[in-house]
Amino acid sequence: MTKDECRKLVIDIISDIAPDEDLSAVKPDVRLRDQLQLDSMDFLDIVMELRKRHGIEVPEADYMQLASLDSCADYLTPKFQAKA
Amino acid sequence: MKDSPYDVAIIGAGMSGLAAGIRLAHFGKKVCIFERHNAPGGLNSFYSIAGRKFDVGLHAMTNYVPPGVKGTPLVKLLRQLRIDRDEFALCPQKRSRVAFRDCDLKFTNDFTVLDAEVTTKFPAQADGWRSLVQLVKTYDDVALDAKPVSAREVVGRHLTDPLLTDMIFCPVMYYGSAQERDMEFGQFVIMFKALFLEGFARPLDGVRVIIRVLLEKYRQAGGERRMKCGVKKIIEREGRAAALQLDDGSEITANHVISSIGYPETMRACEPAHTMEADANLGALSFCETISVFKQAPATWGWGDDTIIFFNDSERFDYSRATELVDPRSGVICFPNNFDYAGTGELPEGLFRVTCLANHDRWSALAEPDYRAAKGNWLGEMQRSARRFLPAVDDAVLSANLATTDMFTPRTVRKFTGHLNGAIYGAPRKVKDGRTHLSNLYLCGTDQGFLGIIGAMLSGISMANYHILQKSAG
Repeated sequence: MTKDECRKLVIDIISDIAPDEDLSAVKPDVRLRDQLQLDSMDFLDIVMELRKRHGIEVPEADYMQLASLDSCADYLTPKFQAKA
Repeated sequence: MKDSPYDVAIIGAGMSGLAAGIRLAHFGKKVCIFERHNAPGGLNSFYSIAGRKFDVGLHAMTNYVPPGVKGTPLVKLLRQLRIDRDEFALCPQKRSRVAFRDCDLKFTNDFTVLDAEVTTKFPAQADGWRSLVQLVKTYDDVALDAKPVSAREVVGRHLTDPLLTDMIFCPVMYYGSAQERDMEFGQFVIMFKALFLEGFARPLDGVRVIIRVLLEKYRQAGGERRMKCGVKKIIEREGRAAALQLDDGSEITANHVISSIGYPETMRACEPAHTMEADANLGALSFCETISVFKQAPATWGWGDDTIIFFNDSERFDYSRATELVDPRSGVICFPNNFDYAGTGELPEGLFRVTCLANHDRWSALAEPDYRAAKGNWLGEMQRSARRFLPAVDDAVLSANLATTDMFTPRTVRKFTGHLNGAIYGAPRKVKDGRTHLSNLYLCGTDQGFLGIIGAMLSGISMANYHILQKSAG
């Protein structure tokens, strides 16, 4: 799992949660909240979909690590690699 | 006999129970919904007589926003349940009205229409109106820990004209208030947004489209559903709902129980029963609704412009339990034909629905022949009252076109929904955080307090998230 692949997995999840958002031009280094209309319910869903689809656990204290695509990749890639 | 334990048992397959079930099943919980009736939908359901399908509950789905508008309850709901908005096939209203004796306020799904009506017809109230709208827009109406405040009191700080105040309260109360004469301000905000800032829509085929989508999502997510299988008792041990006794006498267990059947109804189902708590928060408001089916669309004789009309002819709008069988002074007219079905088809027949406040105890005290006679009598009375607010039409035109009529009373509501007193909007005091005296028993739906059909679904979603999914996600 590379960081690029990880970013893509997160985008896949967001596109299922919020199909009404245009994800074609999401900037990886900008907070998702600042470029998309995602609320706390949507972020909870990202966490839960990560667990459901990939068996990845994100404890509540780490939710801020999911702020942007880049921070998602930094935080999640080692978790994916640890599972592989 | 004991079935294998569920993660979650949900009581009631209405909008809120189905929505909670979809969320929980989607995230891998072993869920079962128990429904006493053979039809899902609860307060928003449908029935067939002689091949005709009738909707109950749903006049119009509130909270409608066009595609592209985000952050509103409809969009949250679609996202949370992974529903594509095309699946609901919503068609917007044409126009609605609040019609009082000497004044009409028109409104559409475009808020500027109502805004202009109010500021033109009540120029002295314009500043107060604007500040009220501003407050509504910024108010956190879904906070689960909000303290109750009187809407009459808050609105009174902005609007001083009693006619305008009543005209605003009339639709808001008719579409969701379980409280007589006043309502909690948070509830007022939810309804004001749902009706005026957002708007009305419906699928061409009515509420069954929504129910069908929910059932299918629930099935795909792997949820289990047991129809004609109500929960008779919630058996309490050591502060927990330890088991559910079903109508057939069998028992099941679940780690969590979500009840959508209402606060007093849930308290009474507990074993031991919490009758005092139940009786201290019983709804008193119920309704009668008449429906006339015509061979042609109402537009044929000039009733084609209005989708919904909230009417009243009393000096002050009086939203309280009817003292007679029915209080025909105020009510709601709905023309399901008058939505903008552009391109998707038209309803096969004309429909004219009238809803008025009614007295549950009086209807329930009637012996069968008197009950039938009263229905016949009030069907005519309610329609006569409503027609005062519609363009005049000769009786002969209507009777020549009439295919059939039907009517429900508070007794019908109680029988099919289990709501005590036939209280459609449930208990006057809502339980926003859904908690009960039992640590693993939560409420959702009407008595949790998110109103309307979108609100009901969001209630199921919120309670499933808050009490179950968030806890297991952290």
